Amino acid sequence: MAKRAAAELQNGFYVNLGIGIPTLVANYIPSSVNVILQSENGMLAMGPFPYPGEEDPDLINAGKQTVSELPLTSYFSSADSFAMIRGGHIDLAILGAMEVSANGDLANWMIPGKSVKGMGGAMDLVAGVKRVVVVMDHTSKSGSSKLLAKCTLPLTGEGVVDLVITNLGVFEPQGSHLAVKEIANGVSENEIRVKTDCATVFD
Amino acid sequence: MGNRKVFDEPISVLTDIVRDDMLICCGGFGLCGMPESLIDALRQSGVKGLTVVSNNAGVDGIGLARLIESGQIRKMISSYVGNNKTFESAYLNGKIELEFSPQGTMSERIRAGGAGIPGFYTRTGVGTLVAEGKPHMSFDGQTYILERSIRADLSLIRAEIADEEGNLIYRKTARNFNPMMAMSGTVTIAEVMEIVPVGVLDPDHIHTPGIFVQRVVKSTVGKRIELTTNRDRKP
Repeated sequence: MAKRAAAELQNGFYVNLGIGIPTLVANYIPSSVNVILQSENGMLAMGPFPYPGEEDPDLINAGKQTVSELPLTSYFSSADSFAMIRGGHIDLAILGAMEVSANGDLANWMIPGKSVKGMGGAMDLVAGVKRVVVVMDHTSKSGSSKLLAKCTLPLTGEGVVDLVITNLGVFEPQGSHLAVKEIANGVSENEIRVKTDCATVFD
Repeated sequence: MGNRKVFDEPISVLTDIVRDDMLICCGGFGLCGMPESLIDALRQSGVKGLTVVSNNAGVDGIGLARLIESGQIRKMISSYVGNNKTFESAYLNGKIELEFSPQGTMSERIRAGGAGIPGFYTRTGVGTLVAEGKPHMSFDGQTYILERSIRADLSLIRAEIADEEGNLIYRKTARNFNPMMAMSGTVTIAEVMEIVPVGVLDPDHIHTPGIFVQRVVKSTVGKRIELTTNRDRKP
């Protein structure tokens, strides 16, 4: 999934990668493609994890992990960081999700009565970034579809998702249905129909 | 100008200012850029009923989590409080109130407070729980919600270097919320690694001008790493 998501990166893009699987996307960026990673805690041109012994407590990513800087790195405040995000200056955000609906609604921040964590910067990212790509497992641990006609969990944003990449394929929210753009190796159209809780149209 | 802003200890810098029921902005993103000495001094001061605006609520046993433990915080305004059992149990037991504010909305609310702007419209949160009860307005065919700014009675922040006038320089991603919180505080106290005489810092390199900083004190605790992540050295 992370590898497929890396194919969404274009030369010259400013990109924000969410926590979890999206972070792994950085490992699959082709050497021919130059992208600059933004970390919403206040860093542009984020480098890889540091070598052992070179960690710096003042140098972390949005997941609070130690990272390193690059020659083109800059630092700034949270207000400037979200001016980049909300102001439409970031080309692409790749995020994880709990649920996505056929009209592009996204839920990824709260399970009522169960999980009290918070949205962090996710609501700002989906409201402001030019293109939002979701990377997630197609089904939950209990086997139910995470692609739905309507989200059941509290939303992070309304109609904000442009593309969904799952272990079964690649999908584009179209309002009333999901357009199936690609099918993963070894997966049948029928498996996608059975495991998706909204209308699908195969390209 | 002298050292009128420079104090000797984190506790003495707070004592005559803090009182119950204050609204306090507290800098940091996780443990990074968090004014830990000042938070510990706030705990020692014993004030209670506090409303605290901070991106996170500390980590178990460190930072704001210690003030939640001691029952001094009445309400948190935060964007993310995960990985924090102290907060979670206080919240689930009804001992603390919580207002979630999206990270970018929160930083702008604090910036606006310091800049004399009472509120602003944003797309962030439209159609979500965050928008409930807030005025909506359409601009150029897009829906926005009104977010109110935050003005703090007291801001506790962290910087790398201060001069005796309170001019501040931050270091790397430890900057985060600290510059806006400096602006938003009726009184702002900066905890720093180093205090230098006036004239040492290049005026072109100052991140926060001293007008936003009323008091400065040297940090008494080291910096902490929340999550150490490494890559392997190539053989």
